[in-house]
Amino acid sequence: MTKEERIKKRYRAEKRFKFYGIISILTALLFVFILVQNIVSKGSSAFFRTVIQTEVNFDKDALGLGNNPSKENVLQSDLFDFSVENLLNIYPVDDFERENEILLLFSPDYEIEIKKYLANNLDVIGQTVILELTSSDDIDQLNKGNFPRELPENMRRVSDFQLEVFDKLNSENQISKIFNNYFFSNGDSRDPELAGIGGSLMGSFFTVMICLLLSFPVAILASIYLEEFAPKNRITEIIEININNLAAVPSIVYGLLGLGILLNFMEFPRSTPLVAGITLSLMTLPRIIIPCRASLKAVPPSIREGALAVGASKFQAVFHHVVPLAMPGTLSGTIIGLAQALGETAPLILIGMVAFVVDVPTSPLDPSASLPVQVYLWSESAERGFVEKTSATIMMLLGFLIVMNFIAVYLRQKFERKWN
Amino acid sequence: MNLTIFLLILLFSLSVFFLGKTKATNISKERVKLHSLPNYYGYYIALWCGVPALIIFSLWSLFEPMIIKLLVINNLPNQDPGKLNLIYERILAFTNGTFTGEINDTIQSGSKQYQSLRDIFEGSKIALVSVVILLCSIFAYQKISAKTKARDNVEKILRGLLFTSSLIAILTTIGIILSLLFESIKFFSVINIVDFLFGTGWSPQRAFVRDASAITAEELAEITDAFGSVPLFAGTAFIALIAMLVAAPIGLFSGIFMAEYASVRVRKFTKPIIEILAGIPTVVYGFFAALTVGPFFREFGSNLGLDVSSESALAAGLVMGVMIIPYVSSLSDDVINAVPQSLREGSYAVGATKSETIKKVVVPAALPGIIGSLLLAISRAIGETMIVVMAAGLAANLTINPLESTTTITTQIVMILIGDQEFDSPKTQSAFALGLTLFFATLVLNYIALRVVKKYREKYD
Repeated sequence: MTKEERIKKRYRAEKRFKFYGIISILTALLFVFILVQNIVSKGSSAFFRTVIQTEVNFDKDALGLGNNPSKENVLQSDLFDFSVENLLNIYPVDDFERENEILLLFSPDYEIEIKKYLANNLDVIGQTVILELTSSDDIDQLNKGNFPRELPENMRRVSDFQLEVFDKLNSENQISKIFNNYFFSNGDSRDPELAGIGGSLMGSFFTVMICLLLSFPVAILASIYLEEFAPKNRITEIIEININNLAAVPSIVYGLLGLGILLNFMEFPRSTPLVAGITLSLMTLPRIIIPCRASLKAVPPSIREGALAVGASKFQAVFHHVVPLAMPGTLSGTIIGLAQALGETAPLILIGMVAFVVDVPTSPLDPSASLPVQVYLWSESAERGFVEKTSATIMMLLGFLIVMNFIAVYLRQKFERKWN
Repeated sequence: MNLTIFLLILLFSLSVFFLGKTKATNISKERVKLHSLPNYYGYYIALWCGVPALIIFSLWSLFEPMIIKLLVINNLPNQDPGKLNLIYERILAFTNGTFTGEINDTIQSGSKQYQSLRDIFEGSKIALVSVVILLCSIFAYQKISAKTKARDNVEKILRGLLFTSSLIAILTTIGIILSLLFESIKFFSVINIVDFLFGTGWSPQRAFVRDASAITAEELAEITDAFGSVPLFAGTAFIALIAMLVAAPIGLFSGIFMAEYASVRVRKFTKPIIEILAGIPTVVYGFFAALTVGPFFREFGSNLGLDVSSESALAAGLVMGVMIIPYVSSLSDDVINAVPQSLREGSYAVGATKSETIKKVVVPAALPGIIGSLLLAISRAIGETMIVVMAAGLAANLTINPLESTTTITTQIVMILIGDQEFDSPKTQSAFALGLTLFFATLVLNYIALRVVKKYREKYD
């Protein structure tokens, strides 16, 4: 091999090596892209729901509520037969089987939807109103184009007759897509078209708040102690090693801790955001202490010395001068720690947050789910409607995480002093 | 109730703060020099008022349920000792109005007694806390004078508070170890630890024991070989291996490229995007693996004529690898950046190309740090839960075929503990034994990794 050939070979190796690097980065970026694209394409349709415009004749006699019913009267009354009668009017048939198929176009909650409308608009009694009633999941998916229509009837979830009714209604513009408010306000449900993340959203909110209240003060106090006051001795060293190790302990182990100590030994209520918050705060604590200490360390000693020189005590120097200067860093570390806690699932499963909860929790002591747990729960269901809802929940979750991380970065860039 | 008392204590402390401050200010108006600033006298009396009351309050609240339970159970008419807990649970449920079932005299009288005891205890708690608050506040108020070293005292207490906060890390570790050990010891008293660590059959659902305190010889024979965790260890290691086969090359090459080749602009753009991968919740990866990657591999395999399980180890491992990429890449980026520039320049000076420098000088110099980062990534992979719960199999399967389904330690912990648990069954306890194994495995890996990285950093500092 001549000298020139050797140099050429070496340069080729150089190019190859750089190429491997570029390929790796591109692969990683591709993964991010595929993941996000996959979730968004599956989930974006969940923000809309299909409604069927149905003519409802609030005839006084048909309602059978007497004169001037109150709101409570309406909500407690039995309007099932009344609702069925009105629903069947959209496509009159006289076969019982066929009637049943028509009712299955609607979500099983039609009676409640009609009642709620009537209770809020008592003056419509005696009039005929066009209501937008939620369609069943199958019709919803059909309307969104997620169900192929070409399949033979026995492989479809929608029968030929239902398809015919759907097409007729569609051609008369009686089927429309509206913003899915249920998705944000409802709790969990067995019916995908009625299921929402309202409950898990509140559950996550309470959990993260408890986590914040418990872990933030303790983390700041602990990092102040370790950075500013701790003597260099064996105990301090043990604490430091402990914190570093705890930060890398798998999250599921914290779930076992919560189950073994909080639920089994101290008998806290199961499935509640309270227990979830305590468990996650133990997990988040070391993850917050590490950035807090880093930002305290970044404050130059001259600040402390200046304060001490004019007669401040050590505590005054630290609490009046060092801590405020380190605040942006500590806050952004805390927010990032909380974002991790928000996305955590495994420990919550162990402390029983996987229960099926329909009601939206109103306090940290009510059983509830949380956003990531809701993702896990729904991903077990086979219905296409739940796949869509799961992806939409993931979009919401990622949205929150992005906002939190953005705030953390902003705090850091905007308020952190740079020391030379 | 407890929350109200707690808030009242805080409110009262806040109000005596002003009392103390005013008294100190008044003293200073008499041209006497105070030892500390007036605020510190406020803190002084507020701490005196709040801290003892809070300590008594929390201890009382902690022990009250246990004492009431003891008293109520002692007064129950002669009952089977094994059922006492159950009856007490029923009494509680009946008192709270959530009881559904047959109500008998025992429950009713027990509930009455429970209520009266609870009223007595709650009443005396409030009385005691109020007395403590009053006495302590008066005492502290009396003590305030110009000579009181208010600041020193307040700072002493604060220092104690700081120290206690940092002790919580140790308490957490102790809590983890205790909660794991407590159940594991019960488990190992039934199942031989050798059978657990070296047995090859895992089927905890077989271990349905009616009464754990009196296991018959028959049942014991049935369950001793149901808890062999070798298939779980093997499955965990196997999926972690697949994950590392994905993450190590991609992560290392990305790290090297970022540190050595990328311009500032490229770096500023790509680094945060890759780190998004680390911020995505693992349940999202699990969903992706179970609904997209798993079916994709199955489809792909059946087109090639292969029988791929829809819960294959390959799908779970691949997605887990993607999750780990940023840990490897940013850690190795850091350690490569820490290699002194002089080493590179020396290499260039003798005529090496950039890639030769990286391969022969930079990477060997950074090797301990890189190994450390890989160890941390492995520990993350074996502790990862949601991806494997959603995408890997549930049945223990000792295999090295990546297209079959395997199960992992974390999957089994979740599967055993999801839903209702019976704490005296070896099945439930086995989850804690698995947790203990996992805890120690990751602890050892992390400890070694942190040591290696630290040693390496010191070398070039």
